[in-house]
Amino acid sequence: MVRTPNLPPPAPTGTGADPGRAPGDVPQRVLVRRRFLRNKLAVIGALVLCGFVLVSVFSEFVAPSTPHAYDASRTHAPPQRLHFADTDDGFELGMYVHGFEVERDPETFANNYTVDESTKIPVGFFVQGQPYEMWGLVPMDRHLIGAKDPAQEVYFLGADRNGRDMASRIVYGTRVSMSIGLAGVAMSFVLGLVLGGISGYFGGRIDNLIQRVIEFLMSVPTIPLWMGLSAAVPREWGAIQTYLAITVILSLIGWTDLARVVRGRFLSLRQEDFVTAARLDGCRSGRIIGRHMLPSFTSHIIASLTLAVPFMILAETSLSFLGLGLQAPVVSWGVLLQEAQNIHSISGAPWVLLPGAAVTVAVLALNFVGDGVRDAADPYR
Amino acid sequence: MRDYVIRRCLYMVPTLFAISVVAFLVIQLPPGNFLTTYIAQLSAQGQGVDGAQIRALEERYGLNDPVVVQYWKWISGIVTRGDFGQSFQFRRDVSELIWNRIGLTLILALSTLLLSWAIAFPIGVYSAVRQYSVGDYVVTFIGFVGLATPNFMLALLFAWVSFRYFGQSVGGVFSPEYADAAWNLGKLLDAMSNLWVPVVIIATAGTAALVRVLRANLLDELRKPYVTTARAKGLPEWRLILKYPVRMSLSPFISTIGWILPTLIGGEVLVSIVLSLETTGPLLVEALRNQDMYLAGSFILVLGVLTVVGTLLSDLLLAWWDPRIRHQHVERV
Repeated sequence: MVRTPNLPPPAPTGTGADPGRAPGDVPQRVLVRRRFLRNKLAVIGALVLCGFVLVSVFSEFVAPSTPHAYDASRTHAPPQRLHFADTDDGFELGMYVHGFEVERDPETFANNYTVDESTKIPVGFFVQGQPYEMWGLVPMDRHLIGAKDPAQEVYFLGADRNGRDMASRIVYGTRVSMSIGLAGVAMSFVLGLVLGGISGYFGGRIDNLIQRVIEFLMSVPTIPLWMGLSAAVPREWGAIQTYLAITVILSLIGWTDLARVVRGRFLSLRQEDFVTAARLDGCRSGRIIGRHMLPSFTSHIIASLTLAVPFMILAETSLSFLGLGLQAPVVSWGVLLQEAQNIHSISGAPWVLLPGAAVTVAVLALNFVGDGVRDAADPYR
Repeated sequence: MRDYVIRRCLYMVPTLFAISVVAFLVIQLPPGNFLTTYIAQLSAQGQGVDGAQIRALEERYGLNDPVVVQYWKWISGIVTRGDFGQSFQFRRDVSELIWNRIGLTLILALSTLLLSWAIAFPIGVYSAVRQYSVGDYVVTFIGFVGLATPNFMLALLFAWVSFRYFGQSVGGVFSPEYADAAWNLGKLLDAMSNLWVPVVIIATAGTAALVRVLRANLLDELRKPYVTTARAKGLPEWRLILKYPVRMSLSPFISTIGWILPTLIGGEVLVSIVLSLETTGPLLVEALRNQDMYLAGSFILVLGVLTVVGTLLSDLLLAWWDPRIRHQHVERV
């Protein structure tokens, strides 16, 4: 990672109004965007990520039902396959799923489901279903997809042990899990930027102190520490309070990576000729940092932020999975995975593992995007 | 070198102290203490608790002392007598409870470390030397998935697959016939045959990260002029790569011990809970839930200390391996 000193400093991120620009000169951010778009994996990741964001913004509308609507007669109902065309007699376009026949096992009282090919539950877009309040404000009852007859239920991804729709629960969980990732990163961003910046810009004794603190925080095994801290969150706290507390706990430990990145950038930039030039011109610290140094590593910070979100999501999932993070009735991916804790429920209803697939896909997408931004932002490639 | 070792060991002292304070504060944080939980349980069962008995218990555990005094009693007991206090829940000495489990955790963490090195080294070198080949893409993709999947998910998936398709339920380090037996070769083999599953599972994330680090470093090195020079001089390609760039990019490999240990121990805690292994994980969670503070605190303390010692070892190894680091530290002084 040693930079050869005779390389040119990063291209200035000027605006189009720069009079000294040669005709073929392209601003840095356009270059970055071009390089990013050339990276197929990163673009796919960005699209998937957009999907996750849309789902978490419009959870109420996207979900076929509501996460708490339960039906005791549909305990652990298996996923229903969506058919797009009816080919029984001739060919008729239209979505439907087959109904179930339920038998109760006389010994275990578990429901045994068999697909009933003769019944068809028509499925459509923008159907009426369970009433909900959009963003807790606007009462609505339209859902993106669902059974055309509001009295019918469909389970695209099966049902959990209380007969709640897994698809809806995963959709609502997306909102909580994604937002806790973003909120945690936002908080560690502030901590990391300020402390890393101070450490890298001023150096010396402050730098040493902050580095020791970071080393200490990084050397503590995170999961036990997180577990200890979140065990301290009182049980009787409400959903919002617990949510905030968990975010704070995650970001208290998560800021160190970011601080190191920021410090490293500051240290290497401090040596650059253009910074020395600015200092010799008599610029104050604030101007040197804000006008000369920050623009040349904003994209690095964006990349590290993108790469920090998945860690937050994984941490929240792990904590909630242990029962030390968020608590039901809050629905997050980790809370949903609590149902999958024993082999008994997984063997009977493997679809309770599906929230884990959501975690993997989201984390993958975030990693691809973060790597893409980082590669695209590197002017030395 | 000797100076460096001494200074590095001295650095450890404040870190160890800080860890012990944090471990103690963490167990003090929850409102109430084990006694209040215990009393609540007793009253819920309809048993009255008389004041004298509570006071006797409080006196015995020093629960009314100021926090500093409590900390002092706790830490001085550990340092001077190796006495970690009593577990409220099990009514036994903490040290009796934890050492076995920590031993297993250590064995798990070490075998995982060795396994991830063994896997990551060839794969990392291959995917850097053959950058953008099909193999590189496959390995990179698998690595990403390994990073993105929580360890406990893998454990759950594994448990499901082996139950579904092989009719075996996984869990435990020892088979029933060996559970209470004394250590012998059979027991050791039995433990090994059960341990490879968690080792592989915990190793995934670490291996994926290692491959990526090694690949990135090796790619950086391969572009440097000295590689071209060596090639121009007619060195055989494999010897050239192994001798210079690989050697240069191995440093992060060694320093991984430092940053991989916390991850390994964390992953181990989660995976052990899913696969119900008799390591620290399940007991720690239980202790935290029951506010069994000395037990939980001792676990956090010992795991933290182990990590710090691991980091120390990796730093020393690194200084021994990489003259650049050794001399950089000398120059700074």
